[in-house]
Amino acid sequence: MELEDIIKDENIVFKKTKLLNDKPLSYCPGCGHGTVHRILMETIEELGIDEETIGIAPVGCAVMAYEFMEIDMQEAAHGRAPALATGIKRVYPNKYVFTYQGDGDLAAIGTAETMHCCNRGENILIIFINNGIYGMTGGQMAPTTLEGAKTSTSPYGRDVSTMGYPIRITELIAQLPAVRYVTRQSVHTPAAVRKAKAAIRKAFEYQSEGKQGTCFIEFLSNCNSGWKMTPAQANKWMEENTFKYYVPGDIKDNFKLLKNPIIE
Amino acid sequence: MSELRLMKGNEALAEAAIRAGVDAYYGYPITPQSEVMEYLMKANPEKTTGMVVLQAESEVASINMVYGAAGAGKMAMTSSSSPGVSLMQEGISYIAGAELPCVVVNVVRGGPGLGTIQPSQADYFQTVKGGGHGDYKLITLAPASVQEMADFMKLAFDLAFKYRNPAMILSDGAIGQMMEKVELFDPVPRRTDEKVAEQCPWATTGRKRGTQKRVITSLRLVASVQEEFNIKLQNKYKEIQEKEVRSEMLQCDDAEFVIVAYGSSARTSMKAVQIAREHGLKVGLLRPQTLWPFPSKQIETLINNGVKGFLSVEMSAGQMVEDVKLAANGGAKVEHYGRMGGVIASPSDIYEALKKFAK
Ligand SMILES: Cc1ncc(C[n+]2csc(CCOP(=O)(O)OP(=O)(O)O)c2C)c(N)n1
Ligand code: SF4
Ligand SMILES: [Mg+2]
Repeated sequence: MELEDIIKDENIVFKKTKLLNDKPLSYCPGCGHGTVHRILMETIEELGIDEETIGIAPVGCAVMAYEFMEIDMQEAAHGRAPALATGIKRVYPNKYVFTYQGDGDLAAIGTAETMHCCNRGENILIIFINNGIYGMTGGQMAPTTLEGAKTSTSPYGRDVSTMGYPIRITELIAQLPAVRYVTRQSVHTPAAVRKAKAAIRKAFEYQSEGKQGTCFIEFLSNCNSGWKMTPAQANKWMEENTFKYYVPGDIKDNFKLLKNPIIE
Repeated sequence: MSELRLMKGNEALAEAAIRAGVDAYYGYPITPQSEVMEYLMKANPEKTTGMVVLQAESEVASINMVYGAAGAGKMAMTSSSSPGVSLMQEGISYIAGAELPCVVVNVVRGGPGLGTIQPSQADYFQTVKGGGHGDYKLITLAPASVQEMADFMKLAFDLAFKYRNPAMILSDGAIGQMMEKVELFDPVPRRTDEKVAEQCPWATTGRKRGTQKRVITSLRLVASVQEEFNIKLQNKYKEIQEKEVRSEMLQCDDAEFVIVAYGSSARTSMKAVQIAREHGLKVGLLRPQTLWPFPSKQIETLINNGVKGFLSVEMSAGQMVEDVKLAANGGAKVEHYGRMGGVIASPSDIYEALKKFAK
């Protein structure tokens, strides 16, 4: 039998989304970035909105997201993705717009752009990859780095008395009245991936209604290289430590704050 | 219909933006240009032409909103004054690196720092010599009247789209605030989405299946690719330098000495030329309307016609004078005269400086 005879629609149980090309991803093996790329592109394909979607890549490890994603994209300066997204969405209110940002990008240098974009309730989706570190520049402390965690710029562990506390920016954003949907997800297990994908789908469905209201999805992600762990160790460490401070789950839905142990 | 009105420079510029069919204005208030956004908010063009007017949280945000909209092929602009334009430099460099057409307006005030809200021309270097990082150029128009505030709005967009390059309108607090008669051009309808797609095939408006995706970026990690792009930019700049110089000459035909001045300084210098002529000094005025590309050829021609010296009159410590010197290339004497910190040199001040210079 030839390969073509086997690859028939009725025999296919899984296929890669057409919206990701075959270029090898620039991410370290085991990194959460790649998984989020996949479920994001899969969802856009499944919803059939690829012709109407414009994505914004950040500065961070995902700086070249546009190399892999087969949709129209813009690359922003560090932290400015929400401003680009605003600029686009305002002149094309009927297109789908998302930003894809790391924790340094979104919660440090781009805090103002992020907060104000959400405060205006721009009808976009913000994808926030929280890996608690500056992955791209080689593992420096991020605003989200946990207390006591060692990084190249907190070699003795993050000392909150001089370095500030790890910022729960997602909870802050949930407080803004114009924000519609806020959830914290992860992609470290198959079950988590399925839930995360459903969250992305919901956010785009909300966006399709054309109303004010920002959707914000945080992904707790690993940076096995930056954390100096194997991918499996990193995922375990994340469950045991990160999840305690950044509690996964929905925080706000359809403008209504949900039960959240941190907010309460 | 073209229409005669009495307006402030900032208001004329704002009205011209609506009439030019601009799609989006993103800005942040700062004196002495706040009237631009105030006028636009009041005119509420969203209801008439569909133009978006949005007050951003900072100049950093405004310039990046411009990046986004321009990257999607729309006519997007912002305006500010010196401290705000300093904040925009990062965005401007990225816009130049992504080759996006847009217009930035700087109604300059005195600096450095928070400085003064009075008019100044001390942002010349920032505008024409970079400001942001990397080898790039801004097409720079310098209006000297309320009329030009209106006319250059349209011209700036035409040039920006012709060359896929950011354009700057470098005005100053006096031109922005003064009221004058202005003839407003007939409104041009905003481009339809179909027209945008046709005019800007590179714009990110959503990738149609079976076509190539579009990417707006200034990132070119491989050195040779970056250099190739730099060469392409430089070739574009060369073409702009050859084709787009604009300037005005006043009484230069028999002039022995020529004042070079733009914006408000050109207006006071015009009067100084008149006083000098009354006193028998053969003086003319060269008024660059484009600061980049700079009218270097015009200066060369004037030297060939017998001009012995150029006095660069600026509201700064002497910035444009460097370009005048480069253009003169030793062929004539070049000096600077100017006041700083928001002080405008009077025609008699300039005349006195001229007398000394012409000795
Ligand atoms: C204005 C500016 N400052 C600093 C940098 C250097 N830089 C590049 S990526 C980065 C941090 C990215 O971290 P994060 O957003 O958490 O993304 P990650 O790589 O972890 O996914 C920094 C500081 C830059 N490119 N631009
Ligand atoms: S450095 Fe960290 S965040 Fe970046 S690709 Fe590697 S594992 Fe992922
Ligand atoms: Mg990070």
